[in-house]
This record gives sequence, C-alpha cells and structure tokens, in this order.
Amino acid sequence: MVDKSLELFDCGHRACGGCGPALAARLILKGAGEKTIVVASTGCMEVFSTPYPETAWKVPWIHSVFENAAAVASGIEAALKKQGRTDEHVVCICGDGATFDIGMLCISGAFERGHDITYICYDNEAYMNTGIQRSGATPYDASTTTSPAGRESTGNSINKKDMPAILAAHGSPYVATASIAYPADLMQKVEKAVNTKGPCYIQVQCPCSTGWGFDGAKTIAMGKLAIETGLWVNFEMVNGKVVRSKKVVNRKPVEEYLRAQKRFRHLFRPEVNKEEVAKIQAIADANAEKFGIDVDITK
Amino acid sequence: MLKIMEGSHAVAEAVRLCSPDVVSAYPITPQTHIVERLAEMVADGDLDSEYICVESEFSALSACIGASAAGSRVYSATSSQGLLLMTEAVFNVAGMRLPVVMSIANRAVGAPLSIWNDQQDSLALRDAGWLQVYGEDVQEMTDLHFIAYKVAEDHNILLPAMVCFDGFILSHTYEPVDIPTQEEVDAYLPAFDPFQKLDVTNPISMGMYATPEYYLEFRYENDQALTRAGDAIREAGHLFGEQFGRDYSTLTEGYRLEDAETVFVGLGSICGTVRESVDRMRETGRKVGLLKIRSFRPFPSDEVKAALSGAQQVAVLEKNISLGSAMKGAVGLEVSAAVGKTGPEVYSYVLGLGGRDITPADIAAVADAAEKGDGNRFYGLRTEVL
Repeated sequence: MVDKSLELFDCGHRACGGCGPALAARLILKGAGEKTIVVASTGCMEVFSTPYPETAWKVPWIHSVFENAAAVASGIEAALKKQGRTDEHVVCICGDGATFDIGMLCISGAFERGHDITYICYDNEAYMNTGIQRSGATPYDASTTTSPAGRESTGNSINKKDMPAILAAHGSPYVATASIAYPADLMQKVEKAVNTKGPCYIQVQCPCSTGWGFDGAKTIAMGKLAIETGLWVNFEMVNGKVVRSKKVVNRKPVEEYLRAQKRFRHLFRPEVNKEEVAKIQAIADANAEKFGIDVDITK
Repeated sequence: MLKIMEGSHAVAEAVRLCSPDVVSAYPITPQTHIVERLAEMVADGDLDSEYICVESEFSALSACIGASAAGSRVYSATSSQGLLLMTEAVFNVAGMRLPVVMSIANRAVGAPLSIWNDQQDSLALRDAGWLQVYGEDVQEMTDLHFIAYKVAEDHNILLPAMVCFDGFILSHTYEPVDIPTQEEVDAYLPAFDPFQKLDVTNPISMGMYATPEYYLEFRYENDQALTRAGDAIREAGHLFGEQFGRDYSTLTEGYRLEDAETVFVGLGSICGTVRESVDRMRETGRKVGLLKIRSFRPFPSDEVKAALSGAQQVAVLEKNISLGSAMKGAVGLEVSAAVGKTGPEVYSYVLGLGGRDITPADIAAVADAAEKGDGNRFYGLRTEVL
C-alpha cells in the first residue's frame, strides 16, 4: 500500500512555480517508499533539487552525468545483489532528453540485461533545463527554441518517439504511462514497478509551465486536458501487452489543449491552421483507437 | 613461485585476488583477454563477482560508478577508443572521488585506426584526476594492481586509478610472473571499506551540482588528494616490498644514473629496451642512463629533479604526441618543468607510435641527437613524408 503521508522529497527546492517534474518527484517517492535509491540524470530536476550543499532528497540519491543513469543503476543493482541488500529499490528519475535521446544506449543495455531497476522518465517534452529545445519526446508541431515555428515551419516536424513500445520490446515485464494530474494512479504504478522483478519503465507526463507557456497554477489542469483530448494516454503493459488504459468520457477536441499553450499558439495565428490542427487531432484519434479509451455516454 | 603467464592473464589473476564485487566488461583489443579470463573465472566459480556484460565502454565505467557508490569494490579494463568513449565518465569518477581501478592496455587512437601500441590513450586523459601508473613488465603491471587498490581506497586519497601497460608488448607476452596467494593478498589489501555509500539507512546525495561559489574548491580537493597519493603510493609500494620482496617505494626508477651525462626517460615496456641499450652503450664508453617513470599521475617532480640533477641532457622517449605543442610529447613537458631552468636540457622524441618497433639502435640514435641538441621532434619517420 502506498503511504500517501510519506514526504521524501523536501520543499525549498528551486523549481519554477507550478513545476510538473517537482510534483512528480514527490509522488514517485511516495509510491517507491523509503527503501529507494534514486539515480538522476543531468537536467532540471537535478539542478533544482541539489545545489551543493543543499539537497531536497531524503533518500539516497546519485547523479553522474547526463546520459548514464541506467548504467549507473545497473552497477548499483549489481552491487546491492552482491551485498545481499535485496529490499532496496533502484529507481532512475530522468528527463525526456536523457531518456529518449542521449541515454538510449545505456537504457537499452540495462533493459536487455534485465537488471532489477525501475526507470522513470519525467516527460516534460523538451530540453527545459537548457532552454526549451526539442527532444525525441517533443510532440508534433510544438514550437521550441530548436524547432521554432516560422514562416516556413509549423514547429517540430517529427512525431514523439514511442519509448514505451521500445522498452516493452526489450522484454520489460512492466511498462506504464502516467500523469502528475492523476496522483493516485501514478503512485500505484510506481509501487507496482518497484515491486516487479526486472527492468520496469514508467513515463510520466509532467506539464512544464515555463517550457509550454501556460500559467503555473494550471499545471494539473494541463495534465488533465492532455488525457481528456487523447494526446496523452495513461496505460499499463504487462509482458508487452496493454492490460489497462484510462478511459475518457466524451473526448475533447485537441484544439482545447493546443490553444491553452504558447508552444502551439502559432497554429492559431493569424487564423486557425486547420490542416495542422487536423493532423494533431488525427494523432489523438489514433491514440484513442489504439488504446480503446473512448467512452461515449451521449449514446 | 614463478609461473609463465600471458600478461593479460596475470592481470586477471591479480584482479581475482583483489576480489572485486562487481566487474563490468566490454571487449576491445588488446585488453580483451583480461575480461575473457575473468568471465571464465566467474563461470567456473573461481571468482565470486557480479559480472556485467555492458553494451559499451561508456556504460562499463558508468556501472562502476554506481557499484562503487553503492559500496562495492569494482573493476573494469579498456584500451584506446574504449577509454576515449568513457571520457566523460572518466572525469566524473575522479570528481566523485570513487576508488575505481581500471586496467589500460595502452593502444594508439584513430584515425587512422590502429590496434597497436602507444600510450596516447591514457596520456590524453592525464588531466582527468586519476592515478596513472605504468608497468614495465608483466610482473610489475600485475603487482601495480594490488598497490592501485590499496592507494585508491585509502580514505586519505579516494581517487580512481589506471594501471597502464603496453598493449600486445605486455598484454600478450608470456613472462615468468610470481602470483601471490589469496592469504598473502588479503594480508596486504584489506576488504573494501567505503568512506560513504548509497544507503537507505543513511541517505546522502552524491554528484550534486556546484555553483561558482563552490566548484573551484572541489577541483582543489581533487588535486590535493592526487598530490597526497604520491606518498601513499610510496608507502603502499614499500609495504608491498616488505611483504612480497618486490619494492615499489619510489615513483621512478633509475638505471645506471650515477655518472650518466645523457639520460633517457620513459614509461612502460620501452624501459626494458632502454636498459639493454644503456648496457651496450656503456660498453662503448658512453655515459648514459635511464629514468623510468612508474607514476605519471601524480607526477613525481621531486624524484625526477633529483635523479636528473647530474645529467647534461635528457632524452624523453614519447609514445604519445601532443599535437601542436612545441615539445611534441606530453612526458617531456612534465620532465622539463621538473628539472627547471637550471637543470639539464630536456628533449622529447616522438617514436614508436601505432606499434612501430623500437630497437637499441634507435635508442642510441636518439642519444646522438640529444647530445647534439637536436630534439623535440619525431624520430624514425619514413623518408617519403619529409
């Protein structure tokens, strides 16, 4: 059972107001519990939580470099095994750049080898720490500083990489997606992952008010909207098969989500770019069909 | 008891006797025989280690970082491109003050691709904050592993160590070597006692980031520890000598230096060739000698200065090239700084790169050049490039 009163990520860190990743860290540790060793990648969370000599982490925490968290975790897991420390969990908490892009080699190796680790990607859909550059997790048409919308561009021209499928294909026993907007679900998934033998992966959508361009008071609302439009699907895969996905009643049009964020505002200025919005709606529709999330109660 | 063993296998025996909890391994020529032999030991139950077959050298060292931080003794080995692929983690290990021990079977770096020996790989990482010791023969490179663990894990030091030896020339050569017993090694090298570790009963944060208010001091501490490592190596080398009869209580080793006017300086296996050359040249009346540098990091400036004080000229045999530098070689710069302006003339000779053979005739020719004041250049180039 998740102990919701457990606070292992302390206040007083230097994240922006309304930071999705900061909330994710707090919720992840509630789910993982006190016997957790956290491995971090370089990125926002590492920087805002551990400016020497201060730390927000009340569990053992290590950061080496940007891309090697999964390899560092492999070594920790091997050491714990050799030392007979079987009740400690090794949990990577890394950003999407560290996960989708630069850390891919280390993650693939660790998952192939089958280390008993949980790798959690806090996905805020771009390199936020360096100033909002696109990553393999950036959604289609999002304007970032390296995929800016312009006279000849509608923003990021590449679809988001399907990391859960890639890691499921490595034979991971448990792969899930989650959102900080649904805390109980997130905590339960983390608890399940750390108690599942083998390499597990959870990808948590963490809206970033600074990078996405919305009021920091709306972080949870933005996470909910991503789910309600079908642009983000919360699901669980066990041994490569989707076993559960969060249903959506009367799925909202993607426009509602897109209009709420500055990273998509070029799609509505000077007038609505119907063609591009339709492409994004098609992504949501495909998600809905793939995961069977639609529940229509008007019928 | 002396046994005839391949260099790599002797190193693997030394590693087995040091009982690392975690070994992470990735193949690269000419290091591979070490991790192959360790894998066999694990497969036969002769080595009780977690053996991780990583997917790259970068992960090999990264896994060592995690395992060491979790409180385990760790080991890895690499060469050349593998070491360069690790580079980011190489600097990181030293900054995190983790006592990782890694063997380097020295090999040239590309381009052009070369699997053969020089010392460009480890010397390119001289500024990474690791101890770097170089073995001259199979016995010495084997012994240096025990000393490396002892010094690296010393709570007054806490630094990673590279034990370097020439690829193929030593890694693949069979020589008589004395392998100590487990009881002897246990008496010399205590069980790993981590200074601090990742532990849920005592949570700490490791590898935090430092603002400009703190960063400089971290680098200072790293340098201080590496400087202190000089005496720690001397002490560990002295104890080794007392226990095993092979003394390593100095960071350099002189050969026929007493009245030498021209002194060769080198690292690793080339010193064997130089000893032979010195003997031959002495027979013809030439006053030559050798100063072998066993520890390049920390660099033993005091020992070097004292050893070279009577020389007129110094010929540094460089199996590396610092491209674009005036002296050409990385070792010569250090030697030159050590002897100072009042010391002998110091010349670098870049030779033997990419596995080019070096003979006593070459060594004699280098002495001729040094005595004429002709140095800081390549030696032995094919004439068509001149």
